Amino acid sequence: MEREVQRVRQAFRSGRSRPLRFRLQQLEALRRMVQEREKDILAAIGADLCKSEFNAYSQEVITVLGEIDLMLENLPEWVTAKPVKKNLLTMLDEAYIQPEPLGVVLIIGAWNYPFILTIQPLVGAIAAGNAVIIKPSELSENTAKILAKLLPQYLDQDLYVIVNGGVEETTELLKQRFDHILYTGNTAVGKIVMEAAAKHLTPVTLELGGKSPCYIDKDCDLDIVCRRITWGKYMNCGQTCIAPDYILCEASLQSQIVEKIKETVKEFYGENIKESPDYERIINLRHFKRILGLLEGQEIAFGGETDEATRYIAPTILTDVDPETKVMQEEIFGPVLPIVPVKSVDEAINFINEREKPLALYIFSHNSKLIKRMIDETSSGGVTGNDVIMHFVLNSLPFGGVGSSGMGAYHGKHSFDTFSHQRPCLLKSLKREGANKLRYPPNSQAKVDWGKFFMLKQFNKGKLGLLLLAFLGVVAAVLVKKYQAVLRRKTLLIFLVVHRLRWSSKQ
Amino acid sequence: MDPFEDTLRQLRGAFNTGRTRPAEFRAAQLRGLGRFLEDNKQLLQDALAQDLHKSAFESEVSEIAISQGEVTLALRNLRAWMKDQRVPKNLATQLDSAFIRKEPFGLVLIVAPWNYPLNLTLVPLVGALAAGNCVVLKPSEISTSVEKVLAEVLPRYLDQSCFAVVLGGPQEMAQLLEHKFDYIFFTGSPRVGRIVMTAAAKHLTPVTLELGGKNPCYVDDNCDPQTVANRVAWFRYFNAGQTCVAPDYILCSPETQERLLPALQSAITRFYGDDPQSSPNLGRIINQKQFQRLRALLGCGRVAIGGQPTVLVDVQEMEPVMQEEIFGPILPIVSVRSLDEAVDFINRREKPLALYAFSNSSQVVKRVLARTSSGGFCGNDGFMHLTLASLPFGGVGASGMGRYHGKFSFDTFSHHRACLLRSPGMEKVNALRYPPHSQRNLRVLLVAMEARCCSCTLL
Repeated sequence: MEREVQRVRQAFRSGRSRPLRFRLQQLEALRRMVQEREKDILAAIGADLCKSEFNAYSQEVITVLGEIDLMLENLPEWVTAKPVKKNLLTMLDEAYIQPEPLGVVLIIGAWNYPFILTIQPLVGAIAAGNAVIIKPSELSENTAKILAKLLPQYLDQDLYVIVNGGVEETTELLKQRFDHILYTGNTAVGKIVMEAAAKHLTPVTLELGGKSPCYIDKDCDLDIVCRRITWGKYMNCGQTCIAPDYILCEASLQSQIVEKIKETVKEFYGENIKESPDYERIINLRHFKRILGLLEGQEIAFGGETDEATRYIAPTILTDVDPETKVMQEEIFGPVLPIVPVKSVDEAINFINEREKPLALYIFSHNSKLIKRMIDETSSGGVTGNDVIMHFVLNSLPFGGVGSSGMGAYHGKHSFDTFSHQRPCLLKSLKREGANKLRYPPNSQAKVDWGKFFMLKQFNKGKLGLLLLAFLGVVAAVLVKKYQAVLRRKTLLIFLVVHRLRWSSKQ
Repeated sequence: MDPFEDTLRQLRGAFNTGRTRPAEFRAAQLRGLGRFLEDNKQLLQDALAQDLHKSAFESEVSEIAISQGEVTLALRNLRAWMKDQRVPKNLATQLDSAFIRKEPFGLVLIVAPWNYPLNLTLVPLVGALAAGNCVVLKPSEISTSVEKVLAEVLPRYLDQSCFAVVLGGPQEMAQLLEHKFDYIFFTGSPRVGRIVMTAAAKHLTPVTLELGGKNPCYVDDNCDPQTVANRVAWFRYFNAGQTCVAPDYILCSPETQERLLPALQSAITRFYGDDPQSSPNLGRIINQKQFQRLRALLGCGRVAIGGQPTVLVDVQEMEPVMQEEIFGPILPIVSVRSLDEAVDFINRREKPLALYAFSNSSQVVKRVLARTSSGGFCGNDGFMHLTLASLPFGGVGASGMGRYHGKFSFDTFSHHRACLLRSPGMEKVNALRYPPHSQRNLRVLLVAMEARCCSCTLL
């Protein structure tokens, strides 16, 4: 493992991954890979999660293509240095922020959306000029295998490397030194990753999870609400980190919600859900049994059918759920939707705040004031109002958690920023050393006052200031041309003193 | 008995009431901080003089004025910074409201070091308060006089239900770190940085670590040696060298070294007189332990300019003075034969917090910049880049993670929450995403993708 990481580091050191053209080339190659080998990729995802081609395409591949296109379009602008506002002291200097690659990035993927959760971060890491080691989840074996096969065929083989394996290999990998680690997965392993990163002072982005609450207000169109929730909840058989985990609503709404979700499920998956090509399966037996365990002692209003042989769990709704029970203690990550009745918005807000900060929060209401209030009085990674999942889809929004749902964010430019070091640069000249006499010892109160003036006076402060300073600049230029150095300095000094006195009087 | 449990619980309780969130409250706290600096200027200058023999000039310029500047900047921009940040939308979200909401994290811990005990405590504090957090401040126990002022006087100017100062040494620090914070901001050594991050990992607490390293200073043959010597000497010996961004060592050719040495001597004499020890402008080493450590480093290479401040030459890469961050008034000069050799030397080592290159040729400066990495970079001067609040300040690699100053402080201490508010209508458009899926749906989807105005993904 150490040798593998060393090899990638050497490749990075060669500087190959840095030029814009190279990055664009690699991204274009990645795009070609996704398009040319679409069938293989969709088949692999399908095999891992019993997912139809359409779903695999629309849930994973489309977003990846969109992300690559965004990079290709914007990267030339993103890699350029950004000039910043200057102060009087740095008026004549160049000051800017230059984005730079970090070095070797480790991306640890998850099994629930095995393609996008490995490739979308990869796109950002490549765009930022890094070398990348990708560790897909071993639970989604087919996708892991296809990535290991395809990536070397399209991308630079020394800079972008797939490492496959289980817990042992991942542990070995985490002992190595990286310049950034992006991990998608659960809270427990997130802590292990951060602890390993701490040994090398490696910054991390942790995309974790939690129980994403979904509040349904009395004042809403329940038909639409239930359709949207049904879509978001049972997509990928509930195995989505931002799925609405549980519903909070007034008790009187429960039966209606159950009815409408029931209708929608029939509409989406037909009478015989098992036969629907659009309904996925649980990833493995362990999770299957875990989710079954959550159903114990619960009031099943709808669904509950299971088939261990195919790891099938029917879309299920639980009503009047007791917050102390198991199903409300861990992230469900399955097609089980508990409804927890609350008496009011206040109770809902308290309920949410008593728990760990979730990755997503969903609020359904016609009352925009209520939505605003819920956002103001809670915290979460992200929020979608009157829908579910969708804030993930807009890549101008940063996607990430807070508290135990994670740290850091990515998607779109946020990926580029996450995988870059934004280096502040100040370029001065060796000339004008005379001006520096102000700062050198021996010191005096006068020097102190001058020091403050130059430092605290902002360059862009008001039109008058700008005019005066522009005038100053012109005068300085003229004087430089016409007069001798000493005289020039004296005149400049006079103007500065005048300006300084005006400034001090304002203080 | 956990001495911190009650304080932390109270602060967290206060945060949960929402007190610290309104702009008026935050502005009031910032104004209080500003008043603290104004009212107690003499007291602070005396404390800094006691701890580090800082001259009035150094105190003003590098501690008090900088802190005041950040307070003023935050007050001026607070409402603009707090505003929801609208983001561009795609085809699917055209009619929705999409923005990034800046929210306080909650309970923030700021751990400060002893070398700029005021600046490195208050500037992060400005950011944490402006972002609406409750704050626990842990000043360094080594700069005792400033610690006292911060513990006894500062709380009087802030709302004490939302702010606390905790005191103690490494043991208390360890106890403190067992508690859960919502953000930890640490300035100090990489060794302790690791300990802080490891402790933070247990609670999944995000961190900003402002650490250190050996900041290289490349001096090209094409330069005016006196100008370079002035600038390097001033930044190196400021605060007796106890600055995380001070030029740590020089890389230059033997010829340039010959020109630099007399220039450095001249600068040192001009700045600190013939007897630097009696100069009011030269700071002091913080304590005996650091003093002994530095004395040991003097055995390396050859002393070219002696006494305090010191310049060493003929220094080998493996000697102790080149193995640890010096953090004192010693300047080693390492000979290199070319720019390439200098760049290789720099890249063999950990990424520093700052990097300096001196040359009349801007091309040379830019070449050094392009071929290396560091927290920050300044061409032809010392750590001036710190004085620009529009530039982020932070490290990379072993020199740290995260950044602050100005708006970057506000953003560091805020959670950037993605918000998408959709209209309940437009259900027809959504219908595309619902099962049962057919080939027709896929075709329509692909058409919608082609017709995108900006990157569009339609689930």
